[in-house]
Amino acid sequence: MPADAPFIALNRKERLVPVQLDGTELMLPEGENLAASLLAAGVRSFRETPVSGAPRAPFCMMGACFDCLVEIDGIQRQACMLSVAEGMVIARLKGTTHG
Amino acid sequence: MAEFDLAIIGAGPAGMAAAVTADKAGLRVALLDEQPRPGGQIYRNVSQASADRVRVLGADYALGRGLTTALAESGVQHIHGAVVWAIEDGFRLSYTANGTAAQVSARRVLIATGALERPLPIPGWTLPGVMTAGAAQILLKGSGIVPRQAVLAGSGPLIYLVAAQMVRAGVPPLALVETQSTRDMIGALRHMPGALRGWRGLAKGLGLIRELRRAGVKRFTGADRLKVEGMDRAEALCFRAGGEDHRIACETVLLHHGVVPNTQVARSIGVSHRWSSAQQTFTPVLDAWGGTDRPGLFIAGDGAGISGAMVAEIAGRLAALKLAEEAGHLGISERDRRAAPLLRARARELAIRPFLDAAYPPYPGALRPDDDTLICRCEEVTAGEIRQTATLGCLGPNQAKSFTRAGMGPCQGRYCGLTVTAILSQTTGQSPDETGYYRIRPPLKPVTLAELAAMAETGATNPEGE
Ligand SMILES: Cc1cc2nc3c(=O)[nH]c(=O)nc-3n(C[C@H](O)[C@H](O)[C@H](O)COP(=O)(O)OP(=O)(O)OC[C@H]3O[C@@H](n4cnc5c(N)ncnc54)[C@H](O)[C@@H]3O)c2cc1C
Ligand code: FES
Repeated sequence: MPADAPFIALNRKERLVPVQLDGTELMLPEGENLAASLLAAGVRSFRETPVSGAPRAPFCMMGACFDCLVEIDGIQRQACMLSVAEGMVIARLKGTTHG
Repeated sequence: MAEFDLAIIGAGPAGMAAAVTADKAGLRVALLDEQPRPGGQIYRNVSQASADRVRVLGADYALGRGLTTALAESGVQHIHGAVVWAIEDGFRLSYTANGTAAQVSARRVLIATGALERPLPIPGWTLPGVMTAGAAQILLKGSGIVPRQAVLAGSGPLIYLVAAQMVRAGVPPLALVETQSTRDMIGALRHMPGALRGWRGLAKGLGLIRELRRAGVKRFTGADRLKVEGMDRAEALCFRAGGEDHRIACETVLLHHGVVPNTQVARSIGVSHRWSSAQQTFTPVLDAWGGTDRPGLFIAGDGAGISGAMVAEIAGRLAALKLAEEAGHLGISERDRRAAPLLRARARELAIRPFLDAAYPPYPGALRPDDDTLICRCEEVTAGEIRQTATLGCLGPNQAKSFTRAGMGPCQGRYCGLTVTAILSQTTGQSPDETGYYRIRPPLKPVTLAELAAMAETGATNPEGE
């Protein structure tokens, strides 16, 4: 976990697996909630809005707000409703190219 | 398509209690929930939580194990990780699980989809680093992750609980910025006799506040003019309290001012809702068993009106007794014999609600946001734009939606619906009931073509289907 991440993990995670975020490799705890793991890894912005391009990050963590929307293997999904799996390819939505 | 006597949407206390009760009475029950594990909001992940996690989350949380264990030992078919996105008459539920769409049919349905946090539109609430207090609690319950430098702002008992849980986790919040005032508390005192009948709830609340005081967490009350500052992420919470302006630098702002029923499923099949002025939200119109105006369709738990976890569990059992009786598995006298103690327990638990509703009202600044404040997070529509449509003669949310796109994004109005109704009703002078709410249509969550194609391939759909 980077020293400047705004979130602290209470327990050390056992098995870390590689995932890709916009082409960069990250090591995340396998099977843990994807949005939570990205936050703990220091990821601050999850997407840009289609209207103004403003950055967004998880707001509700319960599948209601869609601010955690990321593209996984080409499909837009809510990161807060997914678990980390080895080899996931995650792309952040850019303000001008979707919606 | 799999067929059941009863399909239940939502595996929180209401849904789990109903499922176990109906199963015992002999009904074939399917329980669908989008979470990977049973528990709902309050008991999220309880079946997997370590001893230390339970210490942090508290004794009320551990209570959920009774329900998850009973569920695991029952004959209920728990379909987890299943997002229900359509409900049709008859009844037929469509859902997606593991990237595949599928359907179940059932003669009877119980909606137990719980609550959402009340939207709290203030300047800066869309910045990364701003979350709901419930979201912070979900991070803690589900993943053991806590924000390092957080301010909690708003009102309601859940704020004290989340703050205390952060203290026990060893990462206390920087401050609690509470919007309710001493005047609210004094006004609430007239409900004190009732609240004292529910003294356990009161004692717990006071215990939490003491715990926060001991931990030295700073509290502000009667706060107004809340605003989150920051360019591309939250950097500080600004507010006015005690006649002074304050600015607390932080990385995370956790907002909360109560929860409101999650009415999406019920609205999508046309259940009538009415405005509740005590709870400042819409609630479905139900009989004492939780029955809606549609035969065979019931609602229990916070989705029926906010009453908390104990009442949710009781209401789940009551609905199941009535459903079992309707299905011919239980005689009327046996149903009533079993319902009697539940009805008494519910009355006792409900005694504290009027006090809580009055003592912790929603933050007025978020019910009447400034013109520049974004109220629809998805389509980035401001309060001013909604007001303008009202002055141009627009009376209801559906018209405002077509003018401004508010409510058209993927969240389908879950975090702007009540605000749009409030702004329109303030501007036009019509009541919230006259103003109404968004029409909710399926799919309740976006479904991909690949998910539908997978449904067609596995033949999960009705073979005689249209
Ligand atoms: C974020 C949050 C945190 C809370 N924390 C606490 C707490 O710690 N203590 C407390 O006393 N109260 C808490 N509450 C209040 C809470 O609403 C009640 O105490 C209690 O959980 C209500 O039980 P329920 O069975 O009505 O609904 P819930 O427990 O909310 O369960 C509803 C379930 O329905 C599922 N669901 C909803 N829509 C769908 C769909 N379309 N498809 C599939 N599944 C669906 C959800 O995943 C959820 O599991 C919280 C509320 C929220 C919103
Ligand atoms: S954070 Fe709200 S939907 Fe994921």
